[in-house]
Amino acid sequence: MTDATAAPAHFQAHDDHAHHDADHKPGFFARWFMSTNHKDIGTLYLIFAIIAGIIGGAISGLMRVELAEPGIQYLPTWLEMLHGPGTFDEALHLWNVLVTAHGLIMVFFMVMPAMIGGFGNWFVPIMIGAPDMAFPRMNNVSFWLLVPAFILLLASPFFGGAGTGWTVYAPLSTYGEPGPSVDMAILSLHIAGASSILGAINFITTIFNMRAPGMTLHKMPLFVWSVLITAFLLLLALPVLAAAITMLLTDRNFGTTFYDPAGGGDPILYQHLFWFFGHPEVYIMILPGFGIVSHIISTFSKKPIFGYLGMAYAMVAIGVVGFIVWAHHMFTTGLDVNTKMYFTAATMVIAVPTGIKIFSWIATMWGGSMTFKTPMVWSLGFIFMFTVGGVTGVVLANGGVDNYMHDTYYVVAHFHYVLSLGAVFGLFAGFYYWFGKMWGKQYNEFLGHLHFWVFFVGVNLLFFPMHFLGLDGMPRRYPDYPDAFGQYNHLATLGYKVMAVGMVIFFINVIWSLIAGKKAEGNPWGEGATTLEWTLSSPPPFHQFETLPKVD
Amino acid sequence: MTTLAERNRRVGLMAMALVGAMIGLGFASVPLYRLFCQVTGFNGTIQKAEGAKAPGAVVGKIVNVRFDGNVKPGMPWKFAPEEHVQRVAVGARDMAFYNATNLSDKPIKGTATFNVTPSQAGQYFTKIQCFCFTEQVLQPGETMRMPVIFYVDPKILQDPDAKNINEITLSYTFFPVDSADDEG
Repeated sequence: MTDATAAPAHFQAHDDHAHHDADHKPGFFARWFMSTNHKDIGTLYLIFAIIAGIIGGAISGLMRVELAEPGIQYLPTWLEMLHGPGTFDEALHLWNVLVTAHGLIMVFFMVMPAMIGGFGNWFVPIMIGAPDMAFPRMNNVSFWLLVPAFILLLASPFFGGAGTGWTVYAPLSTYGEPGPSVDMAILSLHIAGASSILGAINFITTIFNMRAPGMTLHKMPLFVWSVLITAFLLLLALPVLAAAITMLLTDRNFGTTFYDPAGGGDPILYQHLFWFFGHPEVYIMILPGFGIVSHIISTFSKKPIFGYLGMAYAMVAIGVVGFIVWAHHMFTTGLDVNTKMYFTAATMVIAVPTGIKIFSWIATMWGGSMTFKTPMVWSLGFIFMFTVGGVTGVVLANGGVDNYMHDTYYVVAHFHYVLSLGAVFGLFAGFYYWFGKMWGKQYNEFLGHLHFWVFFVGVNLLFFPMHFLGLDGMPRRYPDYPDAFGQYNHLATLGYKVMAVGMVIFFINVIWSLIAGKKAEGNPWGEGATTLEWTLSSPPPFHQFETLPKVD
Repeated sequence: MTTLAERNRRVGLMAMALVGAMIGLGFASVPLYRLFCQVTGFNGTIQKAEGAKAPGAVVGKIVNVRFDGNVKPGMPWKFAPEEHVQRVAVGARDMAFYNATNLSDKPIKGTATFNVTPSQAGQYFTKIQCFCFTEQVLQPGETMRMPVIFYVDPKILQDPDAKNINEITLSYTFFPVDSADDEG
């Protein structure tokens, strides 16, 4: 971690004489709809992600309610509410639509916009001492591309519904589901992908060219490192997805046969292309979380992060190795033994840099002067949950074991532990850490802790039983199951309800704090918070760093 | 001394070029994947050796070759092998026949895709001649007897992953070829 502390007044852009320019804000419409200000765009991203998160979370609630008991209880009713009365098969199709929508929304419209678009936009320029992003107008385009993408996805259920899963595997997605809704979902992915690619280009350029004098790459805060690596992963992975789903579209609509054996294609090719994107994608979602948690652990232990360079290059290693392990998602497609051995071994190698990170966080806390403020407990929750998810990941990495586990609830439990509990805990940690900095009002500490404990208990009750369901052989993506699985499913649904109460506490906290929260100081965390954002006022001036800060 | 705007443009364009390259790679993966499958026999892709001579039988090593025939659901053809299994010496040339009948009252053009299982055998299963290399047209009610000539490459005996294979299934699936010019 860099030690970039300096006297706050030193590069506070809003010195008396500069005050006029620095804090002049445009009118409402120009400010929020034509924004080129990285902080405002970051705020827009965060609001967008919260809305998408509510929708995606509500969909998972529908799923949990249906799964609470064996048998089909609610799907026909929901179908009737959506389309009018339909057949039983159409009701079951609605299940697939819900699963697909939940996955796509959470990945592309909640975690990615919040992590990269939200916190990335807000804090990368500030942390490197830059006045704004390199291409402020392109930044605006990135955000506003997401909105039509999301609308397309949300509209698709009204045209039949895309029930292909977030993976959109051929042949189900080529000739298995005619009708416009799958096309809409695919186009939505195209647009969201374009948005992310533009954002990634912006971050790379900003981080390479606009660091403050003296801030070398090896002095850059870890969150900036994590966003830089994430941006490179996006740049390398998303175009492959774009190519793959473009071929899906032409297969669907223009008679090509890229994935159709009838014309010499191969549906397995789609899986290779999808997972060449899909595996880096999971690191895209988690790496910024690593960065956020590193700052928080260091801040609340009052120590620089242990092994700064090791932490940075562990993320680089995770990013690089993440590109050569994709077929571990395809162990059951008939790979031969040698291929499986390679992908098993390569996958397990990722546990090494990940382990370096976990142990470095622990070593940072070791002997530190720790305070357990809300962001810190979320970060500790992150480390715990992510480690659990990592351990089940190492189990699943085994090609032989995966033959049994593939597409069971064990996999569902695994990726929810790393994403829903890993990435989301990272998001909440960052949200509380920077809450005062972003809005100028401090959150309520008691409600923050309460939110953590209720949410923590809820999600563990929700996802831990899924390990047992998976080990017992319950397959994912079905709305019904034999009675034998009833108890654990009942527990999981109970866990969802507890988690939902936690979310209510979160929103109460946000609303209450924004209205009546204590005014946040420039640096509420004290000497442990060493990055540049804490040298500015809370909230930072509309334009910061008119005089560039110097980093020794 | 370049300005920040110029440097930004340069890095931005380089990143764009990277995106373009990756899109290119995404589409290039289609022919590359096909090539990869043909070279390595990946996914049970069969080796073609049109007009080649079989290397000759290896004494004492016999495999069962099973034959399987399917048509795409809805295609009005009957398609089945004459014999379901043959015992073939490794390295020896062998011939098998499939029969296809057009059950409809229209001429139909079809083409067959094929592969073998277990997939490790793909790179050793060599076809000298096959009805599947070309498109087939059947007149209404016509039945055609279609040969496939193949051998199992003796190199299979040196492959630790494949030498214990003693049964290979050769499977065909016929698909209709719809070309606008000869409709009906």
